Amino acid sequence: MSTRLAKGGRLLDRSKPLNFTFNGTPLRGFLGDTLASALLGSGKTLLGRSFKYHRPRGLVASGVEEPNVLVNLGRNARLEPDQRATTTELFEGAEAASQNHWPSLEFDIGEINDKISKLFPAGFYYKTFMAPKWAWKHLFEPVIRQAAGLGAAPKEADPDRYEQTYAFCDVLVAGGGVAGLAAALAEAKAGKRVMVMEQTAFWGGRAPVDGGTIDGLAPDEWVRNAIEALEKMENVQLFTRTMVSGLYNHGYVIGYQRVADHTPGDGRPRHRLWRIRAGLVITATGALERPLAFAGNDVPGVMLASAVRDYLVNWAVSPGDRVVIVTNNDDAYRTALAVLDAGLSVPVVIDARDSVTGALPMAVKARGVRVLEGRGVAKVLGRKAVTGVEICAQAGEGGVIETVACDCVAMSGGWSPVVHLFSHVGGKLIWDEAGAMFRPDATRPPIKADGTALARAVGAANGALTLDALCAEAGLAAQVEPEAPLAPVWVMPAGAKEALKFKAFLDYQNDVKVSDVQLAAREGYTSVEHTKRYTTLGMASDQGKLSNINGLAILSDALGQAIPQTGTTTFRPPYTPISFGAVAAEAKGEIFQPLRRTPMHGWHEAKGAHWEPVGLWRRPYCYPRSGESHRDAVNREITNTRTNVGLLDASTLGKIVVKGPDAGRFLDMLYTGMMSTLPVGKCRYGIMCNENGFLMDDGVVVRLSEDSWLCHTTSGGAEHIHAWMEDWLQCEWWDWKVYTANLTEQYAQVAVVGPKARAVLEKLGGMDVSKEALPFMSLAEGTLGGFPARVFRISFSGELSYEIAVPANMGLAFWEALNAAGAEFGAMPYGTEALHVMRAEKGFIMIGDETDGTVIPQDLNLGWAISKKKDDYLGKRAQARVEMARPDRWRLVGLETIDGTVLPDGVYAVAEGHNANGQRNTQGRVTSTYWSPTLKKGIAMGLVVNGPERMGEVLDFPGDGGGVHKVKIVDPCFYDKEGEKANV
Amino acid sequence: MLTFTCPYCGVAAEESELTGGGEAHLKRFGPGSSDAEFEAYLFTRKNPKGVHFERWRHAYGCGKWFLAARDTNTLEVFGSYPAQTTEPPADLIAAIKNKRPGWEGWK
Repeated sequence: MSTRLAKGGRLLDRSKPLNFTFNGTPLRGFLGDTLASALLGSGKTLLGRSFKYHRPRGLVASGVEEPNVLVNLGRNARLEPDQRATTTELFEGAEAASQNHWPSLEFDIGEINDKISKLFPAGFYYKTFMAPKWAWKHLFEPVIRQAAGLGAAPKEADPDRYEQTYAFCDVLVAGGGVAGLAAALAEAKAGKRVMVMEQTAFWGGRAPVDGGTIDGLAPDEWVRNAIEALEKMENVQLFTRTMVSGLYNHGYVIGYQRVADHTPGDGRPRHRLWRIRAGLVITATGALERPLAFAGNDVPGVMLASAVRDYLVNWAVSPGDRVVIVTNNDDAYRTALAVLDAGLSVPVVIDARDSVTGALPMAVKARGVRVLEGRGVAKVLGRKAVTGVEICAQAGEGGVIETVACDCVAMSGGWSPVVHLFSHVGGKLIWDEAGAMFRPDATRPPIKADGTALARAVGAANGALTLDALCAEAGLAAQVEPEAPLAPVWVMPAGAKEALKFKAFLDYQNDVKVSDVQLAAREGYTSVEHTKRYTTLGMASDQGKLSNINGLAILSDALGQAIPQTGTTTFRPPYTPISFGAVAAEAKGEIFQPLRRTPMHGWHEAKGAHWEPVGLWRRPYCYPRSGESHRDAVNREITNTRTNVGLLDASTLGKIVVKGPDAGRFLDMLYTGMMSTLPVGKCRYGIMCNENGFLMDDGVVVRLSEDSWLCHTTSGGAEHIHAWMEDWLQCEWWDWKVYTANLTEQYAQVAVVGPKARAVLEKLGGMDVSKEALPFMSLAEGTLGGFPARVFRISFSGELSYEIAVPANMGLAFWEALNAAGAEFGAMPYGTEALHVMRAEKGFIMIGDETDGTVIPQDLNLGWAISKKKDDYLGKRAQARVEMARPDRWRLVGLETIDGTVLPDGVYAVAEGHNANGQRNTQGRVTSTYWSPTLKKGIAMGLVVNGPERMGEVLDFPGDGGGVHKVKIVDPCFYDKEGEKANV
Repeated sequence: MLTFTCPYCGVAAEESELTGGGEAHLKRFGPGSSDAEFEAYLFTRKNPKGVHFERWRHAYGCGKWFLAARDTNTLEVFGSYPAQTTEPPADLIAAIKNKRPGWEGWK
């Protein structure tokens, strides 16, 4: 049974007690506690259930590597699942609940999985995918979904605040232990801009717990001095509670700062994500202790030796009264000493090595503790708590020599440097035979853009696992007990039979055992990456911090090859999970992305416009009146425009000016038509293709003067078409004298459309807008109603139509003036849906509806817009490919249902026969479909195999609900084919 | 996230300020070219594990296109230069050869 000791605890402030609850039970801890130490100090050792077998689990570790004790923290909107108890600082009022059990932690029905665990070997999940087919859907998936999974996700939006910030530094030190602080001091003294990030709330790392002296000082004192010195330097920034979560290309680093997790509700952002560009990253990330693989090594009470002494020294928590030590190295004897110093008992130390003579073991023996050499653990006794261990010969098969009663087992399989950051972007590792560990290879570090080293590992992260080794590396003098070499032990005992290996856990969080890895090897998984995925070893939220090295050692053994030959799996960021809140930060809700507003945006909003997103713009879809449906509003707007006059905010249209002596020649290359011959003051419809020959954009081109053209693009297309122009000008025809400028936002543009359009403009006055002065497809510049204006006679609706551009800052006033002047003529604003319907009634194509990146202009009967006189234009060569001249290409036609109803969008016309997948062959599809209030029937456009040659033919379009639409192929122009209405 | 130095404005630009444009020094084939030439121009791209010449635009900076030589494996950037050229600068070629003695050249 664990308990809080009466004295001690270097991180505790006993004057500040904190109340919290676990599964509803009120408990108490102190400031400085983690949730884990507070739970353990309150006598709680059974703290969770395992993922697959629902085995009882308790704390194994004291830091980020903890695999078992993940809790639901908080409630309602602030509920957060899977929070690691060992990295959660205790705060007043914390509410924690254990996960993955039903009905309760103590009595869990799911435990049946453990009794029948032989049915769930490695790859069980994948094996369920195999025959019979029905079993996955009806049996395995529902059962697995119910049984698996950890915490519950919150159902409400996160009410907390998160933020991101950017920083630059010469040196970023990851880790605030002795090695990190020594490196930071050296770099700072050399004048570098240094940032130091420590993931916990305290400086100093392991040294203060493990002991020794640095430059004659106790570690705590040396650390205090180092921090004082660093705090005084202006070129140093120090961060606690900040984990360097990942290294990325060219020195990009993410730091994850838990600003206010420990002080909830104090108004500060909860987390802050640091996005840093560092010149050098010093990884001082320490090392993690490895568990030993013996039967029952997951029973609550079996812990890492280092964790046992952390709980004793840092938090004055005793994990048990009788602590058995199991080890293959000298370091674990420090735990024996810490247990004895706390007045508790060490019944026996079980050492797998045949001969134990080091200074630390001798010190333990001198205090009367029995040390067994060449021994191992055959089995841990107990289920919800340790009651004892059965001891065997390490070299044997597990025959029990003696049984020792205990309530805690402290195990140590040696240490693995934390090489994650060094490895994230390609730093290479070497296998250190003596230390039985992978450590960074300084000759093959990750590199920066200039090819120089991006990262350097120091201290334990570099394999300097002892205080004297890391101090020697840093140029400090250390005194500490020397350690004898460890003996690599991957399974205990060495000859363990199946029954023992079946309960010897490697990956606690995913319930992967020694027997699973060996099974994977037998089933042919020889690559460590494949074995990982097949067994799920290292795939849980702890990413195998405890299990990876043990697992690949066992795989290597099963494959009969050396460990470096097997290699490691890939280390990927983040080092430990970071919150979605920090990743999203302020990029949510209204400011998830920028919103582009036209100068008239506010007016539309005030009139209750229903919005349609167009790229980052919002355009009015329609302006519904009180009690009016959107469809009714659209029909009203169309009818009014066709009978009176409509006003459209067309400001979002792209407006790119192309100017220079070679501008005409350039536009002749960009457009399929001839733009160089366009007379000044005239307009011409143009289409652009990419080099594949496919349509990419269209719009009206206007010649403003001898050397300048104004190119209108689609609303969403201005930026990429401008970039497209610049690409060709800068990279292909860089000797051509042409400038381009994207003036889209410099002008507001209004389309005045309908039979009474001219009357409205004449009422405004100031310019001659008659047919004679301003014929169809021409431009006039002047002053209209007092506004400097460019007036284009162009039409996308088939009506008499003027598009008028005024400076953007006058856009709203001009729009209001037009509405006022138009009132007596019945002018109404109309939205994008009316625009779409009217263009479809005229058979005009829309980029993105009739085109999808595989359509050439010829498919859309736009041959007339392709100049036959030009030698070249972008896309011309591609359009000469055999494929583009095939007689059975899908080409544009109008479509009309026999019964006059509206076709569903995107439906296909079927043809005779079936394809290789047993689906009906197709011969066409719908690209645009609307109700036409003008024609009082459904109209559509579509692409049909050789469509224009098949006028009058009736095709079958199966609909969504099983019915078939009978559809006649017609001319795509449904309205005023002669164009008389526009040309008045 | 990569960084490239823009040869026009001298800024060490973050990848998020740039847009990539694929392989550099393509020769355009237009009307009159053979099917094989046109196919090679349109579709056939180098995909080396090693030195690659590529196009980048400082889209959220000065707006200029530039070219860069980068190792696709180690991500080392050997240098960047203006796009208005048909071949890489000689000093850049020499620098790459110095660092990658076995390199077969840019063509």
